[in-house]
Amino acid sequence: MKLEIAHLSKSFGALKVTDDVSLAVAPGEIHAIIGPNGAGKTTLIAQLSGQLAPDAGRVILDGQDITGRSMAERVHMGLARSFQITQVLPGFTVLENVALAVQARRGSSFRFFARVAEEAALNRAALDALAEAGLDDRAHVVARALSHGEHRRLELAIALATGPRVLLLDEPLAGVGGEEADAFVARLKALKGRLTMVLIEHDMEAVFALADRVSVLVYGQVIATGAPDAVRSDPQVRAAYLGEEEESAA
Amino acid sequence: MAEAAIPAPARRPVLAGRVKAALVLFGLFAALPPVAAAAGDPFLVLIATRILAYAIAAMALDLILGFGAMVSFGHAAYLGFGAYAVAILASFGITDIFVQIACAAGVSALFALVTGAISLRTRGVYFIMITLAFGQMAFFFFISLSAYGGDDGVGLRSRSTLFGTDLLENDVTLFYVTLAVLAALFLACHRIVGSRFGRVLTGIRENPVRMEAIGFTPFRYQLTAFVISGMMTSVAGVMLANQAEFVSPAFMSWHRSGELIVMVVLGGIGTLAGAIGGAVAALVLEEALGMMTEHWPFWFGLFLVLMVLFSPRGITGFVEKLGRRRP
Ligand SMILES: Nc1ncnc2c1ncn2[C@@H]1O[C@H](COP(=O)(O)OP(=O)(O)O)[C@@H](O)[C@H]1O
Ligand SMILES: [Mg+2]
Repeated sequence: MKLEIAHLSKSFGALKVTDDVSLAVAPGEIHAIIGPNGAGKTTLIAQLSGQLAPDAGRVILDGQDITGRSMAERVHMGLARSFQITQVLPGFTVLENVALAVQARRGSSFRFFARVAEEAALNRAALDALAEAGLDDRAHVVARALSHGEHRRLELAIALATGPRVLLLDEPLAGVGGEEADAFVARLKALKGRLTMVLIEHDMEAVFALADRVSVLVYGQVIATGAPDAVRSDPQVRAAYLGEEEESAA
Repeated sequence: MAEAAIPAPARRPVLAGRVKAALVLFGLFAALPPVAAAAGDPFLVLIATRILAYAIAAMALDLILGFGAMVSFGHAAYLGFGAYAVAILASFGITDIFVQIACAAGVSALFALVTGAISLRTRGVYFIMITLAFGQMAFFFFISLSAYGGDDGVGLRSRSTLFGTDLLENDVTLFYVTLAVLAALFLACHRIVGSRFGRVLTGIRENPVRMEAIGFTPFRYQLTAFVISGMMTSVAGVMLANQAEFVSPAFMSWHRSGELIVMVVLGGIGTLAGAIGGAVAALVLEEALGMMTEHWPFWFGLFLVLMVLFSPRGITGFVEKLGRRRP
């Protein structure tokens, strides 16, 4: 599924957080968006997912203008997001968290009598999503008891369980490090090609391992878009963002 | 997927425990009439019927308060709709309890649909205030209803009929019918909570942003629950009118709405069986303290404060803690 963003703009008061952003994400592509804190990455995702309305511009999914659609409608069209700050149902088990996302797209939820916990089809699909996110062994743990890294995996599993064709990931690796991060990157890599992904990430290693293309967002503006290597060597990007950190790493 | 490899869910015993608690309560109630007869105090049955009716209302409120985080401060309005459905229909010669319940539930559904749709545009304390305001509107409507006694209310010439008979004139029969209604509605609430709908409702309570992000529109589910709760509460009003053989706007004052919230909190929010226990505890305490001292509201208040401080999950939390202490 193709995702196009045309001349999107959003201001909070005098602060321009999204400044005439245009992007086209090809079907099956992983498109990374990098940029310093406060650049407007999360706000961009919020507009793509329908959580925030843009001041101007359009969001187009597979040729269809979805700018006015609600968050729920977009999910049903196959556009799902994950949150930078984990959003789970803390009192639900891991399995229940994910099964609810399956339930949202399978049949009516205006069913008042049959026990949902015994719906094998929901639980099976939820376990599949959990397996893809590497959390199936924790299915019956209450979400609030999970570690930070497990919360991040649950966040991914819930997004996958909505059956997305375009996945918007807002810093999925935030606060995850070491081997756990490597495993996470491997899992995202396994999804590559099956889903179109917009990946916001600070972990440059992850970005360069996963992304087909990278866009650099600074002060709400896209200052460069291209293949990871081209972006990495773009002098404007180096000056604005990558700076010495990358040079010293090289 | 090998489902046997997944460790068994940990929360089932708690749920089953709450059903057990409700069954124990129902059993104790069922044993009450013979005990009251043996003790030579038949008036007890009538008091217990009143408790059962309030238990129905508290449980219905818990469905939205406990599971949907909707603190309705106007729920006594539905008690009033139920009670007045009995009085008004009876004045037209319609005494069949099923017709009365159907009318009460119908009017309540409509009122809940309209006021709920408006109230749900707000959150938190604003939701509480706006439901209170709608409740007061209903209250003043019935005060202005001079054909039915206005402020003073009106007595019933007879109780509702059951399948064309006057069986409900017998206090013990009325008691058992009310108990049966409570048990049936408990079962209904219990199934709703465990259903697809109940899971969505509880999910919205836990995190509405998450629910929208997986494709649910919270408003629809909250409004539906609000309507169901209002309808169930009106059934309590029908039983209450029959118990008192009298209806008046006092049934639907905001004090009553507050008492219903107290019962739910006292019993333990979001437990259903707890709301039943909360209704029993609140009304028994009220009677008992009332007999001992005229300052009973003070002691009742003190009890509530201590309960909320030391057992935030009410009687249910207290009982569950005791249960865990035993091996
Ligand atoms: N609801 C809001 N109201 C006002 N300012 C906001 C709001 N949300 C974000 N901002 C501001 O917009 C800027 C971009 O924020 P954000 O999109 O979260 O950046 P990023 O995700 O790239 O770190 C920040 O300066 C932030 O303080
Ligand atoms: Mg951000």
